[in-house]
Amino acid sequence: MMDRPTGGGQPTPEFEAQQAAWEASSAKGKPRSGPGSGATDRTLSDIPLKTCYGPADTAELDLARDLAWPGQYPYTRGIHPNGFRDRLWTMRQFAGFGTARQTNERYHFLLAQGQMGLSVAFDMPTLMGYDSDAPHARGEVGKCGVAIDSLADMEVLFEGIDMGKITTSMTINGPAAIAVAQYIAAAEKKGIPRAMLGGTIQADILKEYIAQKEWIFPPRPHMRIIVDMIQFCTEQMPKWNTISISGYHIREAGSTAAQELAFTLADGFAYVEACMKAGMDVDSFAPRLSYFFNAHIDFFEEIAKFRAARRIYARRMREKYGAKDPKSWQLRFHTQTAGCSATAQQPENNIVRVAYEALSAVLGGTQSLHTNSMDEVLALPTEKSVEIALRTQQVLAYETNVTNVVDPLGGSYFVEALTDEMERQAEAYFAQIEEFGGVIEAIEAGFFQKEIADASYRYQRSVESKDRVIVGVNHFTRDEERGDMDLLRITEETEREQAASVRAVRESRDAAAVAKTLERLKAACADPKDNLMPHLIDCVNAYCTEGEIVDTMVSVYGRYTERSVF
Amino acid sequence: MDRPLRIVVAKAGLDGHDRGAKVIARALRDAGMEVIYTGLFQTPEQIVQTAIQEDADGIGLSILSGAHMTLFPLIIDQLKAQQAEDIVFFGGGTIPPEDAEALRERGVQAVFTPGAPLQDIVDFVNDACGKRRALVG
Repeated sequence: MMDRPTGGGQPTPEFEAQQAAWEASSAKGKPRSGPGSGATDRTLSDIPLKTCYGPADTAELDLARDLAWPGQYPYTRGIHPNGFRDRLWTMRQFAGFGTARQTNERYHFLLAQGQMGLSVAFDMPTLMGYDSDAPHARGEVGKCGVAIDSLADMEVLFEGIDMGKITTSMTINGPAAIAVAQYIAAAEKKGIPRAMLGGTIQADILKEYIAQKEWIFPPRPHMRIIVDMIQFCTEQMPKWNTISISGYHIREAGSTAAQELAFTLADGFAYVEACMKAGMDVDSFAPRLSYFFNAHIDFFEEIAKFRAARRIYARRMREKYGAKDPKSWQLRFHTQTAGCSATAQQPENNIVRVAYEALSAVLGGTQSLHTNSMDEVLALPTEKSVEIALRTQQVLAYETNVTNVVDPLGGSYFVEALTDEMERQAEAYFAQIEEFGGVIEAIEAGFFQKEIADASYRYQRSVESKDRVIVGVNHFTRDEERGDMDLLRITEETEREQAASVRAVRESRDAAAVAKTLERLKAACADPKDNLMPHLIDCVNAYCTEGEIVDTMVSVYGRYTERSVF
Repeated sequence: MDRPLRIVVAKAGLDGHDRGAKVIARALRDAGMEVIYTGLFQTPEQIVQTAIQEDADGIGLSILSGAHMTLFPLIIDQLKAQQAEDIVFFGGGTIPPEDAEALRERGVQAVFTPGAPLQDIVDFVNDACGKRRALVG
């Protein structure tokens, strides 16, 4: 090695001369023209990109303040000192279709293939609080998830599965508290106490108003239900993650990465504030809050988003909300690859997209991951395509060796600059939301909905103009699509079967117990000091159906209707 | 043409996925049409009623929940029942190719699936609804 001053990482005159020479030669380059060329200078979310990044781009970075080491505040580099060396992420495939019996079989298949946790997808009637035989449910039963009408279905769903050992994530929001009650009741019938149950429930109603649109009640009573649920689970279910605050659906609705980041964290802080306002100590509940992000196709932007999320969260939780327990500062998150990046054309290409997206989630330090199946743009996935999706994670975890070094992109001029930019954009959104008076007020004003609709339309226009290339859709297309994909079909028979089964439940139960528990629930709904959860567990144990419970609550709270903007 | 084409963009059933519907609504509006977006969770009866009351030339239905084989035919039935079969009925969503074909056979004039260019949709609406306007005035 030559003996000469190296500059200790600081730009030396030699380095600066090199930079000037590079800038001169770079300026002579000829930008590409034609499809895709308009997108070369911006991320998917329209953040301008330089050709190359250098030390000047991270000059403001304070190593101790902004980065530190893995497992250290502000957790930019991850929440665990050893990253995936101690523990791999949880491979958790979201699944549910048809009846509880059919989905139970899929769960046994996934567990046999090495999946580590369960994730329940419910059908639309269940998500919206209707029984399978309700007029609103026609055509939707078992279609995009499993139909769960009462405790009887929840019991079948977990037949032969050790609920004391497995962790379960449930994606349900409007009726989340009812689903938790059903899960507790199903486990306790098997003799497993609620304190042993591990997993999470989405229960993020704010993002429903913002993006996914599966609400039941108006925002304010819904927030009360969620605070009741968080309080109850915090006290009685020490292993349960009480809520999963989700940006996934915000992104799927068409937001940018920065909007996903900002709106999700803003929702999270709104729950923190609501719980604190209800008298809870921040460190009593914050360690069990979890988050859920999208992994889209713009590789580095996604990694920057995950890193920025941890840093912003840690700072706010400590500085603004006064949390003292480091666990309250740590943002833990699940990731799912972007359904909206999948294409119906040449669907096998989705396998490749999913692999890149999964890699960004892993390099961003996710705690658990769902990889989409190639056929999900057309229908619910078949067993074969789900297996490929799971194998994609296994190849990543066991073959690529990316799990051996924590935050391998930390210190990259580009990734650090992009992480800063994400944080800056998120802070600007927080300021805007504060001007509205808070998240609920901004929802009522249609702010988020309009921001997302604008971003989504901008994106679609860039696809139309071929600024953005989507392989197989607007470039590299085939004249004839091969129509040889086997798709999973949910038949009308499922709907008839499930409707008959909920009617059978109604006929076989103790009608007096149903009436009594629903009456008590109704009284509790009107009394903000009475926690709803014990009443919901009583209703569920009496085999009240979800539709009956929701109708009772609607009789007090009403149903929400949106003022639509486009 | 005296007044612009008028289109009802509709969401039916329990499906809350409104990204596609909103993008289409805006693209049709940008193409000079008057667009009425129904909002979410409409019944087939409500959608056809809206189209009749608004004197619409077309109804575009978006479904991503898998309920398309139920809800599209229910709207066709309603158009018949309310003697409004002249209204152009088209739609889109996550609809497998065989289902799209079956829906076209049952009277849905066009079915657009993920990746369909906005311009194709605008062109179709201009053409089909323009013809309808020429006939009924």
